[in-house]
Amino acid sequence: MIFVRLFLTFLKIGAVSFGGGYGMISLIREEVLSHGWLTEEQLLRFIAVSESTPGPIAVNMATFIGASQAGFMGALAATFGVVLPSFVVILLIAALLKKVMKYAGVQAALGGIRPVVTGLILGTALILLLSAIANLRTVHDAVLLDWKAGIVFAVLAVSATVYPKFRRKSFSPILLLLFSGVMGIFLYL
Amino acid sequence: MENRMKKSFKLFFIMLKIGLFTFGGGYAMIALLENEFVSKRRWIQADEFADMVAIAESTPGPIAINAATYIGYQQNGVLGSAAATVGVCIPSFVIIFVISLFFDAFQQIRWVAAAFKGIQIGVVVLILSAGLKMLRQMRKTICSIVCVVLTTASLVLCSLFAINFSSVFYILIGAVIGLSIYFVKRLWERRKTEVGK
Repeated sequence: MIFVRLFLTFLKIGAVSFGGGYGMISLIREEVLSHGWLTEEQLLRFIAVSESTPGPIAVNMATFIGASQAGFMGALAATFGVVLPSFVVILLIAALLKKVMKYAGVQAALGGIRPVVTGLILGTALILLLSAIANLRTVHDAVLLDWKAGIVFAVLAVSATVYPKFRRKSFSPILLLLFSGVMGIFLYL
Repeated sequence: MENRMKKSFKLFFIMLKIGLFTFGGGYAMIALLENEFVSKRRWIQADEFADMVAIAESTPGPIAINAATYIGYQQNGVLGSAAATVGVCIPSFVIIFVISLFFDAFQQIRWVAAAFKGIQIGVVVLILSAGLKMLRQMRKTICSIVCVVLTTASLVLCSLFAINFSSVFYILIGAVIGLSIYFVKRLWERRKTEVGK
């Protein structure tokens, strides 16, 4: 049953994603690819839309993926799944275990999780980069350099690093996506 | 009872507004919540709010949902937390659902498809910079750096060699490593003080 699968998958994603925003990106990627729900390209488009519409990215992604697989009820099942663990855990903490976050053991476990989540985000970025620029998904693929994608990446990487030095704030994600879209139109049309 | 309903409605609409106007996820929303509940309405004290943010950041799930649930509960019990959480999700849900109806057709337009080829790279850059930002903010010890490098390398290699190893396991292993270091350190310190005696 697709609704149950969507619900359970996003329940899992909601329960183990730490660090907000892109903390859940490696797990979402694994799940949608292994279920055959989206291709890597579609996933990147969905992320772009989720990033440039209001609301938490994880909720946007869940609604989007759910809707793409099973319409309104699918969107509802996935969104409910991703929100439920948060809701239950926070209720428990707020009602019963106000001090649980201050226990040294909990802090120690979180201290181990944080670097791992950082690694998961960086690793996912590298995987996506290899596949976008070099068409390299597994070792069996022939390397096929897409120089246009390489140019877009180089320009974006340089401007995302240089911009904060002049304006003292980071490049807004929406601005960055618009800019990359314009480059896409010029290079690929 | 009537008062509690009223307050829950109010929470619902405040969260609806915040859900509608935050772009870019969790951290942007924290700023809006602070403005609304601490500065403007004074429902929450500043230090309490800081505690709440620490909890929302370090529990699983989207930060915005964690924060909404917590504030809702603190203001008005379970009813309040449900009202706040549903409120913050509705704008996302409606907007994305409407977009999903037209998205396939939209992608068929030639120049949109071209734009998306660039945007895909933009998304990769966003994810990469989110990871780099977390790396900069991380407390750097030998162990944490080794953890980052090993996780990154293993994730990329597993993907290249098509080996299935879920991210869930990485997170569990991370928690176990963190706990083990803590217990070893504690044992070590206890032995040192015993020897000192």
